[in-house]
Amino acid sequence: MLARSCLRSTRLVGPVARNAASKTASRSASTSSSTAEEAASSWKTTALGSGATAFAIGSVAWYYHLYGQNVDAMTPAEEGLHPTAYPWEHTKWSKTFDHQALRRGFQVYREVCASCHSLKRIPYRSLVGNIMTVDEAKALAEENEYDTEPNNEGEIEKRPGKLSDYLPSPYKNDEAARAANNGALPPDLSLMVKARHGGCDYIFSLLTGYPEEPPAGAVVQEGLNFNPYFPGTGIAMARVLYDDLVEYEDGTPATTSQMAKDVTEFLHWSAEPEMDDRKKMGWKVMAIGGVLFALSVWVKRYKWTPLKTRKIIYTPPGGPAKNPSSPRPSVKMNERQ
Amino acid sequence: MAGLSSSLYNLFFRKNTVMLGTVFASAFAIQMAFDSGSEKIWDGINKGRQWKDIKHRYVQAAEEE
Ligand code: HEC
Repeated sequence: MLARSCLRSTRLVGPVARNAASKTASRSASTSSSTAEEAASSWKTTALGSGATAFAIGSVAWYYHLYGQNVDAMTPAEEGLHPTAYPWEHTKWSKTFDHQALRRGFQVYREVCASCHSLKRIPYRSLVGNIMTVDEAKALAEENEYDTEPNNEGEIEKRPGKLSDYLPSPYKNDEAARAANNGALPPDLSLMVKARHGGCDYIFSLLTGYPEEPPAGAVVQEGLNFNPYFPGTGIAMARVLYDDLVEYEDGTPATTSQMAKDVTEFLHWSAEPEMDDRKKMGWKVMAIGGVLFALSVWVKRYKWTPLKTRKIIYTPPGGPAKNPSSPRPSVKMNERQ
Repeated sequence: MAGLSSSLYNLFFRKNTVMLGTVFASAFAIQMAFDSGSEKIWDGINKGRQWKDIKHRYVQAAEEE
């Protein structure tokens, strides 16, 4: 600023003292002052640029620090170990359940899990044609007694089960279940595969994930068992599956992992009994939908052909008629086909 | 070819009622063909997995008793 006002005053003085010396002086003065100005401004520009960059990087870093990181409400132990992703055959898009495995899994459920866990949403009738024959299911239903409708005197009697009845629960109610299990409620397993993150992988890992003894330093509460896959690592259910606990009717060796795999697949079926049909229907829909889509693309192109291939020619009035056949200047639509 | 397509036209599409009948009948036939075809492919992919593949073991066992 100072240098510039000096310059201006020199110019004002200039015309008055019209001599070469002062002109030279003023020129040299202006030259030197503008160099100083440039030096000062380039320093400022550098500082400003660097500052702005540092501010930008800093604010991004601060923002990332605040909002960019994962926020975990729980420690990894409270979260539970993530289950291994197993290559389940029945979860592939084109595969049904292996119904022989479902049958084995139901056997495991009945012989092991059913003493603590209910499976309230599964009626005997849905086992028919999936896991057992009608006669087997009927015989199974008749093993249990169910309440009748009130009779003429308002009494409720007992009758043997029918296909339309639901699988019986091991306990009369949740309170009884808690009382029998140290205060912990064994949850209903009907929808368990859908109800837990990791689905089949989680349940398989949970059932097979009990270590011989808890790792050193792990705190396990009285009455709980250590399982790294269970959120919190202390689970009220002890290890239930041991080699050869059940005897499979089809001769499959009943190892712990075999039983865990079968019962997990069975629980997946109980949570999603419609899976087989859903997948098959999905493929059919995609096949038909693909044909219809191709047809609609073809129809669209067919209908648009005249519009897409027409050519608009403008012949300016008086100008060289490009199209001699047109008698007067006009906009002409020309269809190329 | 022209003779064939014109006779096809005369046979199936000339009268509206006939055309409607053709549409319904071919819809029925195509659906049957599509369903049984896709069922076959599906059962081939899932050979041995479905209940119908293992049913015979248990049905026969029940009859023998
Ligand atoms: C002795 C009784 C008992 C038996 C037998 C038993 N469980 Fe459990 N189960 C429990 C109890 C109690 C809980 C509740 C655990 C808790 O909340 O700490 C539980 C919880 C579970 C859970 C839920 C875990 C979670 O994430 O909340 C699953 C899944 C499960 N059991 C599967 C099975 C399967 C499958 C079998 C059969 C192979 C089985 N259980 C056998 C008592 C049992």
